[in-house]
Amino acid sequence: MHMADALLSPAVAAVMYASSGTTAGISIHQLKKENNPAQLPTMAVGAALVFAGQMINYTIPGTGSSGHICGGMLLSALLGPQAGFLSMIVILAIQCLFFADGGLMALGANVWNMAFYGCFVGYYLIWRPILRSHWFGDGARAVRLRIIAASVIGCVVTLQLGAFSVVLETSLSGITELPFGAFVALMQPIHLAIGLVEGAVTAAVLCFVYSARPELVREADAAGVSAKGSVKSVVAVLTAVTVLVGGGLSLLASSNPDGLEWALFGNAESGYSENMGLDEEAYGVESAVADKAASLQEGTAFLPDYAFPDSESAAGTTVSGLVGAAMVAIVAAAVCVIGGAYRRKHS
Amino acid sequence: MNRMEAALRELGEMDDLAARSSPIHRRHAIAKLLSTVGYIAVVLSFPKYALAALTPMALWPVALFQLSGVPVSTCFRKLRYVLPLVMAVGLFNPLFDRAPLVYLGGVAVSGGVVSMVTLMVKGVLCLMASFLLMATTSIDCLCAALRTLHLPGMVVTLLLLTYRYTGVLTEELAVMTTAYHLRAPGQKGIHVSAWGSFLGQLLLRSMDRARELYDSMVLRGYHGHFHYAPVGPFTGWDGLYLALCLGVFALVRLVDVTGWLGGLLVR
Repeated sequence: MHMADALLSPAVAAVMYASSGTTAGISIHQLKKENNPAQLPTMAVGAALVFAGQMINYTIPGTGSSGHICGGMLLSALLGPQAGFLSMIVILAIQCLFFADGGLMALGANVWNMAFYGCFVGYYLIWRPILRSHWFGDGARAVRLRIIAASVIGCVVTLQLGAFSVVLETSLSGITELPFGAFVALMQPIHLAIGLVEGAVTAAVLCFVYSARPELVREADAAGVSAKGSVKSVVAVLTAVTVLVGGGLSLLASSNPDGLEWALFGNAESGYSENMGLDEEAYGVESAVADKAASLQEGTAFLPDYAFPDSESAAGTTVSGLVGAAMVAIVAAAVCVIGGAYRRKHS
Repeated sequence: MNRMEAALRELGEMDDLAARSSPIHRRHAIAKLLSTVGYIAVVLSFPKYALAALTPMALWPVALFQLSGVPVSTCFRKLRYVLPLVMAVGLFNPLFDRAPLVYLGGVAVSGGVVSMVTLMVKGVLCLMASFLLMATTSIDCLCAALRTLHLPGMVVTLLLLTYRYTGVLTEELAVMTTAYHLRAPGQKGIHVSAWGSFLGQLLLRSMDRARELYDSMVLRGYHGHFHYAPVGPFTGWDGLYLALCLGVFALVRLVDVTGWLGGLLVR
């Protein structure tokens, strides 16, 4: 689910950076209030472990495929949501910087899609209410069943939210021509299957940890402790959010221009015709420099007769574009030749 | 070679590349970071049909590859992560956007094909920019730069510590995976009976290790403030490099350089 830079417009990427950055700021503030300096190496080692652990393939019985652990749910169950969120940020940053898995500009969106939902939604709305409930009765076996239920439900729900966010962010960026509904129908079922597998693997690891060191699993022995949100209220909130997102926001996705287009060219239908003052049709900026460049073109075009009857036609534009691109390629090749010669000389 | 060993090799490869010396390696990390962010933002801001106008942006990574001596092949191996999702999204464009946009020798090319190719080119260019940043900048310098830019110390220290322990734990897991597969020949992954214990054992050991790590940090004088490797000052050359890069990006974005170049020959 790691999004590449190319799938986002700068405006959407900036909004996602702001959202994830704000959440990270709040998390840091809360962790500083706890004043537990020993937590930092634990977070680092936990993050490194999840990074490495996500490369293990777990064979799914009866199928030829395999799955891996769900990092957000595992880390928030062991370290808490705030520490888990920050650990997920650095995992995603390392994946992006050193393995090109995700993009630098898309990091904010990836943090939101994979860390925010997994750590905060997964912990506060699923993990904690289920672990504090009396589902499956009392005793260690009941706790293990609650861990399994919370892990599977948590992974499925948070992956669904993450996949929906990918669709929303890509559609709002104006990247794909795929209709919003078809895109959603394509992404959600795939991530439902992935969520079930990741939930099962995460549950297996957490059950093992609970058996060996129960104090490491958060809320494991908190059955009956009053939570701010009961399971029923959580289900009601999730249903309301689903209806709001599915019914409301999806209408916006198809009819509005993307943020960058709006910022640059405005939206005449909505009464915003100026904004940055650029003319979308002409695509360029009127200036004295542009006029000078145009006159230079007039003088240097050594194939003046190679023109199309209608100079505004797409074909005419294409030929000049292709020739220009070829010239860029020649310049690039020249840079390579000069660079190679320079390095040979100095090596 | 299992996935963990391959990841370790990739990490080592990036460290080796960052330790080289070249005019680009010598630039201050802040200048390289900001120019990379500026480059990616400008590349992403091109409209979906502006394939020709986008092409001059390829000159920057080409020049950087040449100046830094970083091999292009290492970068292109990383495309396996980026291209699948980009292609999965872009491949639908030709199906839904069928209106002819340009004619090449009498053959109509639809807007969907142009936007698909533009999307893929953007993906490759952004990947090259991020790769070049990390191939010419060490993690210590990058973290010091992030602190200078006032990123919270907790996140930066966490990034540095995690990076260091990523190598240690990945190596340990690689050995465990090899040992498991030697005892279970022909098995594709970890059997369901060992799902919990395989990673769980390492997780328990790692939590104990984290405690020992903290104790050793305290013994060496850690009181909540991490000391970063000293980096050189931001010189005038760094400022010039940054200004030049951002200026060229803005120029290419605001002026249709490809069209202008083409216009020199064809009108």
